[in-house]
Amino acid sequence: MTAASQQSLTQWLESDTPASSRQALAGNVYRGTRSIVSNPAALAGLIIVALLIVMAVMAPHLARGISPIEQNLSNRLHAPDTAHWFGTDELGRDIYARTLYGARVTIAMVLLVSVIVGPIGLAVGTLAGFLGGWMDALLMRITDIFLAFPRLVLALAFAAALGPGIENAVIAISLTAWPPYARIARAETVTIAKSDFIAAAKMLGASTWRILFKHIVPLCLSSVIVRLTLDMAGIILTAAGLGFLGLGAQPPTTEWGAMVSAGREVILDQWWVATIPGIAIFVVSLGFNLLGDGLRDVFDPKSV
Amino acid sequence: MTDTQIGQTNIVGHMLRRASSFIASLALTFVGLTAITFLISRLTKIDPVLAIVGDKASKEVYDKTFVMLGLDKPLIVQYGAYLRKLLSGDLGTSVLTSQPVLTDLLHVFPATFELATIATIFGVLIGVPGGVLAAARKGQWPDQLVRVVCLFGYSIPVFWLGLVGLFVFYGKLGWVSGTGRLDIAFDDIVTTRTGILLIDAAISGEWEIFRNAFSHLILPAGILAYFSLAYIARMTRSFMIDQLSQEYIIAARIKGRSYWGAVWKHAFPNIMVPLITVIGLSYASLLEGAVLTETVFAWPGLGQYITRALFNSDMNAVLGGTVLVGTVFIGVNLFCDFLYKVFDPRLRSS
Repeated sequence: MTAASQQSLTQWLESDTPASSRQALAGNVYRGTRSIVSNPAALAGLIIVALLIVMAVMAPHLARGISPIEQNLSNRLHAPDTAHWFGTDELGRDIYARTLYGARVTIAMVLLVSVIVGPIGLAVGTLAGFLGGWMDALLMRITDIFLAFPRLVLALAFAAALGPGIENAVIAISLTAWPPYARIARAETVTIAKSDFIAAAKMLGASTWRILFKHIVPLCLSSVIVRLTLDMAGIILTAAGLGFLGLGAQPPTTEWGAMVSAGREVILDQWWVATIPGIAIFVVSLGFNLLGDGLRDVFDPKSV
Repeated sequence: MTDTQIGQTNIVGHMLRRASSFIASLALTFVGLTAITFLISRLTKIDPVLAIVGDKASKEVYDKTFVMLGLDKPLIVQYGAYLRKLLSGDLGTSVLTSQPVLTDLLHVFPATFELATIATIFGVLIGVPGGVLAAARKGQWPDQLVRVVCLFGYSIPVFWLGLVGLFVFYGKLGWVSGTGRLDIAFDDIVTTRTGILLIDAAISGEWEIFRNAFSHLILPAGILAYFSLAYIARMTRSFMIDQLSQEYIIAARIKGRSYWGAVWKHAFPNIMVPLITVIGLSYASLLEGAVLTETVFAWPGLGQYITRALFNSDMNAVLGGTVLVGTVFIGVNLFCDFLYKVFDPRLRSS
């Protein structure tokens, strides 16, 4: 790309008067990316999250061909050395490989919970906010009841009732995580619903569903997405907590919370077994927190 | 009737209306809470009849018990029966301990109460000044420090920090005692009065036991205090930043108020109401049984009780525990509502 064309691209992206909605979108993405990259904390978060994805995708290569589930009882609880970078656990499995493969479970759970929680929260919140009246009262009362539950105890009860496993842990976490999204979406909807452009759409004969899906939901999306990113750390911690209690992924799947739990018995003598997966959970949730803070600053200038 | 009398009747009427709508919403929340817990308990694949009669029972005995437990009736009728028993204080019998669930709960709750209260006291004493300092020195090193401390508190898995704490302070340094509430040698010496070991030991004058209980308590309480501190400081900071940018602060400064005078005397009282909510929420979440912390430290509290009951399919105990948790939450909310009126004069008159 020549210097001139690069300059014109920047100009096109930074234009105050975009000619098309595509240009406006590209401009927004460009400005958002620039402000995240210029914020060191958010950039660090982005790098950590990117590394997590690389870890998950490249796990077999990065693990140097070592299997995360291969047991070697003659080599159990071995301290970290050149053969086993992070040592071995109580069944002689390589903790380095297990940590890498554990990233897959973490990503899968976070993605699944987000995919369930975002739409449910949006649906309940926008419906309550837009329709108002008894519908609003009913939906918000249900939301309050779910909010009144301690998150982990409810997730625990669900996971125990449905039986342990990743899918059930995801359902359990989702059931307890959606209410704040409904609250946010409702608050946004109530303000948006009063705007002139909604009145105009109504006068033009737009149906309730059209207004909801074409006008209100897109405007609520950014706050829901920002909140999701901020929440991902919490989701990871809850998932790890369920795993720690034995209600998350079941063997032979490797999961960080369960790995910490396995190291519990030997913490005083073989510290690495519990410490290393714990550090992995910590770093990843730190990454999501940093990225979420950065995204919030970009999308919501009020909160800065 | 004089004008003031009319005014008073209006206020009384207004308060009555407010109180009744408040009670109605409380009742609704409570019904919802119990309904959800009830449904969860019915979702389990565990057969409640088999749990009582055992798998060697004849078909006849099985069917009789099935009817006796009311399992042949529709769910809604079963729920109604459950709710009636609940309101009369009957939470059923725990399969695990063969004691009434209520007795069990009264036994385990003080342990959680002790842990949560001490953690919250430290969380408030450090978190609130920390948050105010960070807001007043926004962008400078105290602010950065508080932000990093909070960020870590939001990112560290509590069960892992507990294990590392045990490894360092108990295993390596020997500064604190290990898991549980007391060394085994001290078990059952102090008569239980409040269930709160520190108080019971102090009343009995058993200072050695007091010291032992304290050295068991300090690590789990300290770890919970850290998480509560992180939340409280972060919220205090953001509330204060909001207030400090208001014009009345500038006005106070122009009138000659010192900077810290404006911070503490003008801005701080204005964040009391949201701050109480935050502290209340954090306290409630700790009271609700810091499940993971109690598991790591083998702390015989509510969280551990519920977890153990869950793993042993002791559904009466799970239901009872969850209802207690919900009630505690509602109670803390009520108390916060009361505190709002103490701290915010505007809420007193309206």
